[in-house]
Amino acid sequence: MVERGNKMTRQANIIYVNGPVVKANHMEDFMVREMVMVGEKKLIGEIISLEKGLGTIQVYEETSGLRIGEKVQGTERPLSLKLGPGIIGNIFDGIERPLSKIYEKGFKFIPEGMGLVSIDERKSWDVEIMVKPGNILKPGRIFANVQETSMVVHKIMVPPGIKGKVVSAVKSGSYTISDTLAVLNEDGKKCELKMCQEWPIRQPRPVAQRMPIEKLLVTGQRVIDTFFPLAKGGTAGIPGGFGTGKTITQHQLAKWSDADIIVYIGCGERGNEMTEVLEDFPKLKDPNTNNPLMDRTVLIANTSNMPVAAREASIYTGITIAEYFRDMGYNVAVMADSTSRWAEALREIAGRLEEMPAEEGYPAYLASRLAEFYERAGYFKNLNGTEGSITVIGAVSPAGGDFSEPVTQSTKRIVGAFLALDRELAHARHFPSINWLSSYSGYISMLRDWFKQNIASDMIKLRSKMMKILQEENKLMDIVKLVGEDVLPDDQRVILEIARIIKIGYLQQNAYHPQDFYTDLPRQYSMLKVIGKLYDRAYSCVKKGIPLSKIKNEKLFSDIIMMKYNAAKEKSKLFPELINRIDHYYDSIESMYKEGRINES
Amino acid sequence: MKVKYLKIDKAEGPLLVMEEVKDAVYDEIVDIEISGKEHRIGKVVQIDRGKVIIQVFQGTSGISLNDVSVIFSGKPMEISLSKEILGRVFNGTGSPIDGAGEIYSNKNYNINGRPMNPVARLYPRNHIQTGISSIDGLLTLIRGQKLPIFSGDGLPHNQLAAQIVKQARITGEETANFAVVFVAMGIKHDEADFFRKVFEETGVMDRVVMFLNLADDPVMERIITPRCALTAAEYLAFECDMHVLVIMTDITSYCEALREISSAREEVPSRKGYPGYLYSDLANLYERAGMLKDCKGSITQIAILTMPNDDITHPVPDLTGYITEGQIVLNRSLYQMGIYPPINVLPSLSRLMKDGIGKEYTREDHPNVANQVFSAYSKVQEVRALAQIIGEDELSETDRKYMEFGRQFEERFSKQDFEENRDISQTLDLMWELLRILPEQELTRIDPSLAKKYLRK
Repeated sequence: MVERGNKMTRQANIIYVNGPVVKANHMEDFMVREMVMVGEKKLIGEIISLEKGLGTIQVYEETSGLRIGEKVQGTERPLSLKLGPGIIGNIFDGIERPLSKIYEKGFKFIPEGMGLVSIDERKSWDVEIMVKPGNILKPGRIFANVQETSMVVHKIMVPPGIKGKVVSAVKSGSYTISDTLAVLNEDGKKCELKMCQEWPIRQPRPVAQRMPIEKLLVTGQRVIDTFFPLAKGGTAGIPGGFGTGKTITQHQLAKWSDADIIVYIGCGERGNEMTEVLEDFPKLKDPNTNNPLMDRTVLIANTSNMPVAAREASIYTGITIAEYFRDMGYNVAVMADSTSRWAEALREIAGRLEEMPAEEGYPAYLASRLAEFYERAGYFKNLNGTEGSITVIGAVSPAGGDFSEPVTQSTKRIVGAFLALDRELAHARHFPSINWLSSYSGYISMLRDWFKQNIASDMIKLRSKMMKILQEENKLMDIVKLVGEDVLPDDQRVILEIARIIKIGYLQQNAYHPQDFYTDLPRQYSMLKVIGKLYDRAYSCVKKGIPLSKIKNEKLFSDIIMMKYNAAKEKSKLFPELINRIDHYYDSIESMYKEGRINES
Repeated sequence: MKVKYLKIDKAEGPLLVMEEVKDAVYDEIVDIEISGKEHRIGKVVQIDRGKVIIQVFQGTSGISLNDVSVIFSGKPMEISLSKEILGRVFNGTGSPIDGAGEIYSNKNYNINGRPMNPVARLYPRNHIQTGISSIDGLLTLIRGQKLPIFSGDGLPHNQLAAQIVKQARITGEETANFAVVFVAMGIKHDEADFFRKVFEETGVMDRVVMFLNLADDPVMERIITPRCALTAAEYLAFECDMHVLVIMTDITSYCEALREISSAREEVPSRKGYPGYLYSDLANLYERAGMLKDCKGSITQIAILTMPNDDITHPVPDLTGYITEGQIVLNRSLYQMGIYPPINVLPSLSRLMKDGIGKEYTREDHPNVANQVFSAYSKVQEVRALAQIIGEDELSETDRKYMEFGRQFEERFSKQDFEENRDISQTLDLMWELLRILPEQELTRIDPSLAKKYLRK
């Protein structure tokens, strides 16, 4: 806990309270965006605006019980996070207060007036120091390493804006985050380097330069990786009405995507969902390293019943933590579930400030704030020369499931990939319920080379082929809905059959099936190959006039649909075998047909 | 010493405005005495220097600006609780109305509650058997879940809720330690009587706590009624280790009361005139369901809401669906076909079901068979749409089987008597029986090993 109140001379008094918005007078000497302590309970707040002596404050805790005339104390700094070892594997509220620590203190329900607790200052860490006196350090330079968890080496960096010559440095050993590790001298000014640094949440951390996006974020989810790929450093929006599986999709991405660090922001969502992550993630193993997934995950929880102003801050807290780990050279993925709740928090505060509302009561700056947030994603060259990325995946909860509402539309304008969840598919229990006609990914062209080098040169081509079949099917379904399937000619019915295989056998993926929850890329490619092969052979048979009833072999078709569940030990053989079976089957019916053993009936 | 103010400056709708008040506390409760006789309760909703806006739960009618006295309590609203509340009936503000006297306790609880720490929560995993096939088989209710019923006017949501109360069995635990908290917001007297009768008939009346704000009671009280009730539920669950089932009806009336107060305060409205904070406000109610790590008790919520004009995209069901862990949607056309309970399983959902069914909880085949029945019944809808155009005789053979599946699903599975109590294995066996109507290659969601064990037996 940081006690600064006694040093302060500036003092304001509360004169107005309305929900999370508090106003106080005598605030001439305060700064806009300064963090303040409000009232006797020292609730944490942030100044939004100042007008003459009158300051408007948004308070991050429950304001019930505040009395007129109580004091407001300044802290002389903007709302900032403490960044250092102790973040990974932890769960924080919207302003980085550790919920597990609050629970250990005996609070099953979150009280007000906890003050500014943050990451643990007493815990000691094994630090490997990597500088000597005499070294010249630039901002961002990594000067020490801490093995924070089994999966993350926490690299201790010189904070941005600080540089100089090392005057003294401690030896490698065990230290806490508030111990001084080294002292720098810049033009006679001394500066102590510690394991932790502070950074204001609303200000992006500086980088050397932005780099082009060209690497796939592998998620193991077939519909995403193959059809609507996400990129490291990219952005994605996942809109969907309730019950369409936004949270499950976000959880799947948090579990299986190949980022180094996951920051999961539960913004205005259900308490039980955070509990689920807390219970599940430590038990799940990373497919590559076999370490518990919690060892690379940070949770920010502001559930729907926690104070609304802290919900507004929570996504900035999350992305600031992400930037800090990016600076170490990691690929970070940020899941924000859900940005609509954040937008609603903006709306609620704007309403209490009596600001002029724009569309649906949201403030006019909604779109620009959203853009600012998503623009903190990207692939970067850091100050210290390392490369790191932040991928932002935001869930959107459109009111009434209607995608024309402002949050969905503003998000759609900014993000690079748009994974539209569909209520009809969800009702049919087709999960992930990503609609393949209304979703898109702008990263395909940027990832073309990556796919070519890492998977296969015809991966993108196969994808387009499948997309074409699905689109064709959609057109045909309009007719089928009116006249039934039997009326269509066989060359169109074969498209319906193949589209059915793509939908059931490929797009549907069971998040709870031990074989199906994750499909690596080579397997995805092989599966596509099999379906592509089946389509080619079946289609050419139709063109030769062979009736569909012969072409559709129930056993073959159902084995291809079920291939996703096939846990054959000799993985390498499964798909070539299927391809052989396809060739064998169609060779035989083609030759039978040539010999005239199959007639038109 | 508490100051008594004898003058107010403005009274309008549910709001009082007073100027030159010293030391007002945000959210505190005030006692308003009218002409020295009647007492009303109000809450401070805004303070602007000396000017204080008070929301009066019983409305301002009959209040004169001069003949009134207002006492500020300095505290948010509290109710006193003890185990004696079981079997009692309270009004919307938590005062007993059954003539059996006050609740005496030295423990007072703030009705606003506090957000549960996600770290302290225990993820709910044990299912509650309701004896209703649609729910047990496809929308399994989990202890500690919040699962609302989305209904419409004239649909049998009350019977359904009553049947759940009657038949609910918490598997694997002693059933003696349960309680029901019943919250009525703006419902009619006969509906409240119906519930009272059901509680009496099933012999659980001494384990029920009722909070009644009926259709002719003051509208503004409705805003505190569920808060009082949930505070009582939290007390029973987390201090008395009881399994509490909270039934809240009707959430739509609650939201309308909230809209009324919001428009009286001239707040910026969002969709359909409801306030922008409707989501947060509803979350403050729904999120009070759940379980805690160090407590044996649990709170399971079944909220009933009537969708205006049967519109599921209306803000009340919409925002509810975003907060609750699923929903049970009742359907008018099913009801008109004589099917009770008229649960349309397709838009319905139980989010916690996935972790509370299967081998360790219900039966190993449950996840697969439920998944397959969902997907088959959704296919039935497509086939029916087609059959309407081209006629059932023109359908392909598989499609005709789907038609048959759909009919039997509704007649044998969904349809159930008010007194009929099916246990979970009966329900699951029935699901397999229905699936046998379909050709086996249509059953793409069934694991081959399970098909062997259950489908072909």
